[in-house]
Amino acid sequence: MKDLFLVLVVMGVLGLVFGIVIGFANKRFTVEMNPLIHLVEDILPKGQCGACGFAGCQAYAEAVVLNKDIAPNLCIPGKKPVADKVAELTGKKAEEIEPRVAYVKCANPISTASKKYQYTGVNDCVAASMLHSGPKECAFGCIGLGSCAKACPFNAIEINDQGLPVIDKTKCTGCGKCESICPSKVIQLVPLDAHVEVKCNSLDKGAIKRKYCSIACIGCGICAKQCPYGAIKIENNLAVVDPSVCKEKCSEKVCLAKCPTKAIQEFVV
Amino acid sequence: MSNKIKWGIHPDTHKTPTESKAIETNKLPSKVIIPVRQHIGAPCVPLVKKGDSVKKGQLIASSDAFVSSNIHASISGTVIEVADKPHPVFGQSLSIVIENDGLDQWEDGVLVERNWEALDNNEIVEMVKNAGIVGMGGATFPTHVKLVPPKDVKIDTLVINAAECEPFLTADHRVMLEYSERVATGILILKKLLGVDSVYVGIEDNKMDAVKAMKAAFGDKKVNVVPIATRYPQGGEKMIIKTLLNREVPSGKLPMNVGVVVQNVATAIAICDAVRNGIPLIERVVTVTGSAIKEPKNLLLRIGTTFADAIAQCGGLKFAPDKLIMGGPFMGNAQYTTEVPIIKGANGILALGKAEIKLDAESACISCGRCVSACPMGLNPSMLSLMAEKGFIDETKDIYNLLDCMECGCCSFVCPAKRKIVHNIRYAKKVSAAKGGK
Repeated sequence: MKDLFLVLVVMGVLGLVFGIVIGFANKRFTVEMNPLIHLVEDILPKGQCGACGFAGCQAYAEAVVLNKDIAPNLCIPGKKPVADKVAELTGKKAEEIEPRVAYVKCANPISTASKKYQYTGVNDCVAASMLHSGPKECAFGCIGLGSCAKACPFNAIEINDQGLPVIDKTKCTGCGKCESICPSKVIQLVPLDAHVEVKCNSLDKGAIKRKYCSIACIGCGICAKQCPYGAIKIENNLAVVDPSVCKEKCSEKVCLAKCPTKAIQEFVV
Repeated sequence: MSNKIKWGIHPDTHKTPTESKAIETNKLPSKVIIPVRQHIGAPCVPLVKKGDSVKKGQLIASSDAFVSSNIHASISGTVIEVADKPHPVFGQSLSIVIENDGLDQWEDGVLVERNWEALDNNEIVEMVKNAGIVGMGGATFPTHVKLVPPKDVKIDTLVINAAECEPFLTADHRVMLEYSERVATGILILKKLLGVDSVYVGIEDNKMDAVKAMKAAFGDKKVNVVPIATRYPQGGEKMIIKTLLNREVPSGKLPMNVGVVVQNVATAIAICDAVRNGIPLIERVVTVTGSAIKEPKNLLLRIGTTFADAIAQCGGLKFAPDKLIMGGPFMGNAQYTTEVPIIKGANGILALGKAEIKLDAESACISCGRCVSACPMGLNPSMLSLMAEKGFIDETKDIYNLLDCMECGCCSFVCPAKRKIVHNIRYAKKVSAAKGGK
């Protein structure tokens, strides 16, 4: 009985002492934080993708609350709903953001594409690109080892059985992580409502492209001539579509019909 | 000399096919492809255009940047193309293609006779710079940059790296036997230039004939020709300093921080030619070997000779090689075509067969620690490769000293699980560099 009493006293006193120390420390070393930051952070999607240009969701929440020059619409994955809520909380005005989605500019699967060499190294595009820009004969094509799929914070990219990335457009938020990791720069962000896109990334001359890839854009310029609005230009042997002109003025898609290699394609969402 | 080395490996040397063969100078190639990037640093800008006729030794590309190196025509003829061509290290590079006119004429005023002992140091550095000399052991760092150390650094020792620790290669070995007088002169020029008293020439002890030849070439000059243990990577800059001088280069520092300048033997020849005779760096000795080569040889080749031409001079290929490498098997670069040119840092062409390359399937790390004991830099390669694989790039750099790795390949060589350790480390370096750039 006496032991029990002793134990209770000792533990009680110890608890009291530590409690006082903790209580004091809590008051003395407390970090003042604007409660608004927590509210804003709760709205953000927590992909930690960095598309806003900050180190993560918390960093952006802090910046957008504390700095009045930071726009509320920088969260790309969150799109309009998040931008509106952040704007409401911070009392700023959200400009409209153009929704964008990742697009793979190559359709030549690694399994059948002509190759420079047999690659046996580390299973990663960046590692493969260090050896003569990857095993594919085409130095601009998709290497197909899935660095983009690994980098995607929203699991929107899968490598299909042909070794090409397939983008799930319902999951893709347009954060651009895949775009920045891809060593061949073959994956790019395009407007979600684009009409046509070119499925080729090679800047080689047409005759050279033809040798290694049957579906490359050979830069012949037929599509550019077909387009009545001048939305397509040939730059560095590659057709480039200006999406703003294309989607605003045209609904016919006349450029697709005469492409000899079918490299210019309808953009399907 | 205490020799309690704990690091390194003993691979089969494979040097017998070429080590007793004299250096051959065969017919000139019909064309040369000279890349404007043959060194670490800024690429050069071509000074000639398609259709220009050039002569041997003419300056055809240069750059204003300090860390860069001039490029000269290696044959006389006509420029037939200035375009992107396959490059043995960088994949693609702007290159100047010269068609041979068969005359092999020197550019006017290139060849001179100089008494180097009477020259001023600044003049010598200028000559080395103009001759486009780079580190010819493979690293291709512009030599003139190394020869002008910053003011606050005191250099007291010159080390000549003649270890040639990579298997297969015998170019430096033959150079020391056959061109020993030029090597010795080059070394004495370097000695005068750096104003140092102690000079060490480190030669692995499987080349005792070269040790003898070099000792004879120096005569009564005060130069230490030291045989060192045969062990890979003895020829690593930091390893040879440790072996010869027992000085350790600290992490992230350069040999000059411990008062040492290291130069390769082949570079010494180029310096001798440039300073004494005004000859720019337009040719080098290359070992062409491997089981796929009919007659392995040591060849004196003009810079820009394609691998195909070099292999043809060795009787061609026995069979299609399973791997084609520029340089040694450990630190060389694998090639996919024989249409790549010899560059200033190319000390070998290896055409290897199946038996020599051993492509085994990779399996999981069993934490045996063999890579740790083999690593000459005292790193933990197994951890580096695992972290690179899992994407912990910042940790590899900050905790595991990623940047100290010189990619010698000992870890991959000893790994019983056949893990691609060096490739993983190179991947981590690449990603880390890309991050740092942002």
